[in-house]
Amino acid sequence: MYPEYMRESIRKVEATRPKRLELAKAGLSKVFKPMTEEERDEVLRKFHPDYTPDARREVRVGPNKGEKLTSKVVDLLEAHSRIDPKKFDLSAPDYETDILIIGGGGGGCMAALWAIQNGAKVIISQKLRLGDANSMMSQGGMQAAVNPHDSPVIHYLDIIGGGHFDNKPELVKTLTMNAPFIVKWLQQLGVMWDRDENGNLTTKAGGGTSRRRMLSARDYTGAEIMRNLRDEVRNHPDEIDVLEFNPAVELVLDDEGKAAGAILYNLETEEYYLVKAKATIITTGGFGRLHIKGFATTNHYGATADGLVLAYRAGAKLLYMDSVQYHPTGAVYPEQIAGFLITEKVRGLGGQPVNKHGELFVFPLEPRDVEAANFIRECTERDNGIKTPSGRVGVWLDSPIIDMLNGEGTIHNALPAMVRQFHRFGIDITKEPMLVYPTLHYQNGGIEINERAETSIPGLYVAGEASGGLHGRNRLMGNSVLDYNVFGKIAGINAAEYIKSVKIGKLTLQHVIDFERELKEVGIPKDVVSPMILPDYIPEGVKKKQLTTEWHGTLM
Amino acid sequence: MAKSSSRGTRTRKKKADEVPKEMVPVYIMGKRYFVPAASTIMGALEYAGYQIKRGAGCREGFCGACATVYRTPKSYKIQYGLACQTVVEPDMYLAQLPFFPALKKVYDIEKLKPSTEVLSAIYPEINRCVACNTCTKACPQELEVMDYIQAAIRGDIEKVAHLSFDCIMCGLCAARCPAEIVHYNVGILARRLYGKYLAKLGEYLPARLKEIEEGKFDEEMKEIMSLSREKLEKRYYERDLDFQIT
Repeated sequence: MYPEYMRESIRKVEATRPKRLELAKAGLSKVFKPMTEEERDEVLRKFHPDYTPDARREVRVGPNKGEKLTSKVVDLLEAHSRIDPKKFDLSAPDYETDILIIGGGGGGCMAALWAIQNGAKVIISQKLRLGDANSMMSQGGMQAAVNPHDSPVIHYLDIIGGGHFDNKPELVKTLTMNAPFIVKWLQQLGVMWDRDENGNLTTKAGGGTSRRRMLSARDYTGAEIMRNLRDEVRNHPDEIDVLEFNPAVELVLDDEGKAAGAILYNLETEEYYLVKAKATIITTGGFGRLHIKGFATTNHYGATADGLVLAYRAGAKLLYMDSVQYHPTGAVYPEQIAGFLITEKVRGLGGQPVNKHGELFVFPLEPRDVEAANFIRECTERDNGIKTPSGRVGVWLDSPIIDMLNGEGTIHNALPAMVRQFHRFGIDITKEPMLVYPTLHYQNGGIEINERAETSIPGLYVAGEASGGLHGRNRLMGNSVLDYNVFGKIAGINAAEYIKSVKIGKLTLQHVIDFERELKEVGIPKDVVSPMILPDYIPEGVKKKQLTTEWHGTLM
Repeated sequence: MAKSSSRGTRTRKKKADEVPKEMVPVYIMGKRYFVPAASTIMGALEYAGYQIKRGAGCREGFCGACATVYRTPKSYKIQYGLACQTVVEPDMYLAQLPFFPALKKVYDIEKLKPSTEVLSAIYPEINRCVACNTCTKACPQELEVMDYIQAAIRGDIEKVAHLSFDCIMCGLCAARCPAEIVHYNVGILARRLYGKYLAKLGEYLPARLKEIEEGKFDEEMKEIMSLSREKLEKRYYERDLDFQIT
């Protein structure tokens, strides 16, 4: 239920709706003029959080030493290991396998399935439950150029432009050319894609796309794909061993610098295990739970950039870790769902962002960074946002217009999760708009890979959000689901091929010892350890009373 | 009032008038804590000082990690919810159910046939359903769980697939079922069979796959990849955005 003062603004939204509906029917660019290159640059420079003075700082150690990266990321990169690398016994592995996959989300499951198909045995190390990942939370869809009026080349152009031309071209080509095959493969796995009466895949628009290319499964697209992948992984218990609640905390190398497994941490017994593997794949996802610049996030509880930290210590180079994606439409009201994702599909179906006067102020489907920067401008410089009782601010996302454009019942059928989410808190989005503001959503950069999902470390592969290069400095909607599927598959296949000839030498944590020395040399104090594993939401009042001075057993 | 004093302590009972109006008492596994009245159950756990390991996942209602059972004072009724989606009620007694030892059968989806018998063959216990509807009452997604189990007994794969589609596999249905059915695993099997074997497939996708395999886009892709940044930018900003979005 909206309070009366917000209802007053909603009446203005309703008043402008008939006119806006006419514009929408006349064509997308009639709704509001898309920005030129110069206009995009200006609004990003002035209003995107990446451009604020304290957003980035120089990293003093490791492969990217001297570069300016997102400050919160640098905090983790410049932190210490959770273990003492000199004390760890590397002579007796607790587990041995062909391929260790770190991260049991979409990318990890995809890699596992393709690895076993190519003859390898796999262990998946997972921080929480199998499938607990951002993959599960994607609502809107997956991009693939499947329509006759579309093509992988047009898809390529949209991605490169959306990424500000910084994307690695070979990665983009690999993504777009493989996309339709992934659609088919997932269908054969059992994914129930939305289809029209002829059985062709339903396609919707997304920010920065020049064609309708977004495939969906209602607004549970990620969940539908993830639960299919998870079910299939569980159908192979003899080939895939899943170690849940066992996140990785360090990579292990051999004496030639090849990836050779990892140290896992049992979250319940607090033991550390050694997994020896002939190849290692990192599919740990992103970093939303770092709450960069204090933003709320759409991300999963476990999205703490663990894989980034592990790979960095082992010597892998990061790419575009100076760039953060804020999803334009995070929920702002009610307070309980602040920061939650409102899928871009709402705008893909014709939903329009409007200010407190009910006025349009931006092309509804700009790439995410541009759209988000426009929202921030509307709420700050122009003061046209709507304030919530708890002090947040946002603009309206007019959803009722969707049914008027597409026919009664569209919202219920296409956005059941959104309807349910708001209904739980007394708001009917078929009749009332949603209040939205940018929310921390995606790690644009990551560990640099090539089109074979290889890193600079032999035997170390990365796929999905943890990788960097594909999306440049701004990912477009629907390309992350596609990313983890395409590159998860490629990583699985290539790792399975690689292990056939590789010989793993003596295991070592020398890279961790060296990294610790580097930290000491630049005088970084020993007060932070990483990877973070889980965010800390315990309030100060409780912390003041957590006065245990020493740790014995598992009771802190 | 400072946060720490408004939290209440674990050892001293607070008089009602000492507690600010916006705080409410909740009993987490029997222990009382005062938490903000507008908290979700997950927010309340963390406010009370819990570092959740099991029992939190996506935190937005999509993953089913935070299934919670609770009861309010004086009521015999057990209620259900997702901790991330349910606002606390004063004096609620709650416990999370982060794991349930449910049966999941191993099968080869390639070898299954979407017949009317397949669901009963793999999960014969569905036929033990006594139609008590407890599963439906337990579902935090408000799905017609019993109806889809009944459809499964009849072998109506399509109906099971559609009725169970919004399932987040939290496990509350299975935890409550007197017939020991694992509803959500029946649901995923039916959906996979439907998506793989029964959904009508259109012509566009196979046509596109053939085009890619025959190399139709290779030249065009090579050309666009060879463009200078300046030319690529020009082409990008000149591309047509007036496609129909509906």
